Amino acid sequence: MHITIADFYILALAVFVGYEVISKVPVILHTPLMSGSNAIHGIVLVGAMLVAGKHGGRLDAVIGFIAVVLGTINVVGGFLVTDRMLQMFKRKPAEKTS
Amino acid sequence: MNPSFGFLEFVIQLAYLLAAILFILGLRALSSARTARNGNLMASVGMLLAVVATLMDHQVVSYGVILAGMAVGGAIGLWSARTVQMTDMPQMVALFNGSGGGAAMLVSMAEYMRGVKEGSLTREGAFTILLGALIGGMSLTGSVLAFGKLQGLVSEKPLTFPMQRVLNLVFFAATLALGAYLMITPGIPGLWAFIAASLLLGLALVAPIGGGDMPVVISLLNSFTGLATAATGIVLNNTVLVISGTLVGASGTLLTLLMCKAMNRSIGSVVFGAFGAEVATASGGNGNAAGARSAREVSVEDAAVMLAYAKSVVVVPGYGLAVAQAQHSVRELAELLEKKGVQVKYAIHPVAGRMPGHMNVLLAEANVPYPQLIDMEEINPQFSQIDVALVIGANDVVNPAARTDKASPIYGMPILDVDHAHHTIVLKRSMKPGFAGIDNDLFYEKKTMMLFGDAKDSINNLVGAVKGL
Repeated sequence: MHITIADFYILALAVFVGYEVISKVPVILHTPLMSGSNAIHGIVLVGAMLVAGKHGGRLDAVIGFIAVVLGTINVVGGFLVTDRMLQMFKRKPAEKTS
Repeated sequence: MNPSFGFLEFVIQLAYLLAAILFILGLRALSSARTARNGNLMASVGMLLAVVATLMDHQVVSYGVILAGMAVGGAIGLWSARTVQMTDMPQMVALFNGSGGGAAMLVSMAEYMRGVKEGSLTREGAFTILLGALIGGMSLTGSVLAFGKLQGLVSEKPLTFPMQRVLNLVFFAATLALGAYLMITPGIPGLWAFIAASLLLGLALVAPIGGGDMPVVISLLNSFTGLATAATGIVLNNTVLVISGTLVGASGTLLTLLMCKAMNRSIGSVVFGAFGAEVATASGGNGNAAGARSAREVSVEDAAVMLAYAKSVVVVPGYGLAVAQAQHSVRELAELLEKKGVQVKYAIHPVAGRMPGHMNVLLAEANVPYPQLIDMEEINPQFSQIDVALVIGANDVVNPAARTDKASPIYGMPILDVDHAHHTIVLKRSMKPGFAGIDNDLFYEKKTMMLFGDAKDSINNLVGAVKGL
């Protein structure tokens, strides 16, 4: 495995992007935003898949399996929960009775 | 570049790039109320794209383990996301975050073991792997402990013992030393010890932090998992992991700082402050005085009369409202009062509840009209013209000690100035102190009346009483 300097350029640039894109978030969206970004780091699932998809020993398979399970929970649960939260911000004008 | 960089590889890399762009756009859309839901959708499409692209990767040769794992994980994720109560959202996010951290830790472990077996482990590779394992492992156990504290499985009180900070620091240094050793002389038994140490460090990080600071901690651990993900991305030479992980790491850190700012605390005091420990000493002097003072209780009927004949009422919701699931009852009461000509507003403290925005989510669920939710900065100057402030299960965020008592651990935290209102009715289960564990002077003020009981029952009783007027 070799690590290239390009990785660190990407890392540095992504720090700035991450900082900039959410710098104007209103307080009411803090919770959904945390939950949404929580779902995005579920991308670690891709790493888990790369590990689990290799032919290896039994221990590798067990570790890969658990990693894929955990990664999938992070992705599926994260996005669904965020959507449930955000659904509540939707206005429902037809529902008004008073 | 990979020598076997064929057309398929090109397509996969393009899909990864598109996924990374969708994550960035999604995150940006999530920071604005109008576009937030689309943002989440965009990010999930990006995720789907990345996962499908990975399935086509030539490195992936066996699908059995992957598909089985995805089926199990998908079912668990789906079930828990569907069934979780809105009030339990914060701890659910903590659990999902812990899952991601655990996955990053396991991926790092597997790569380390492969590197040892194949003899391909470079020093910088080992460094990155161990970093990912350390941060991922801490995030896993830290998140699970945060979940336990919020869910009431573990005491919410900070766990402190003498010399804690020193011992933790020594333990942390020892773990780093072990990591450095494993970097130079790779070995599997040492790796297991390092993993165990990382898991323990996560517990040690969260244990001394009280329940009131959990939102900040969850946000911090969220950025931890992001960084662990980025580390695995570097190890696996996978750029989309590096970008997305770093994106979350950076934005999560900013979000953590924003939350701290809303509470007027520094991240250092949250992590190392052991809130409860300070409090114990502070309330030592304060507690005796509290025992001598008495709060004024009010009957449901009297409270109903006060509310119905007020010109303006401000509802101040707190965690008690969430626990009692009283948001629908509150809206019913507010609508009744409005029909009687009372002007009703809701005062939203940025950190009321267990997470910033918690109250907004809860009240939105009950269809409370959005314009009635007023932010702290806007409502505070208005309190002196408000007839009745109705405090429902909020405590520390309305404690005037934050303004006046320099000895108080919450001194300096911005609060809602409900004590400026003409009258205050506090709905509370008992005189028990709030999360910070400190007594609240507001309850002993002459203008304050207490209505004890479960928030939902009390509000339903108020609704009945107002109807009967």
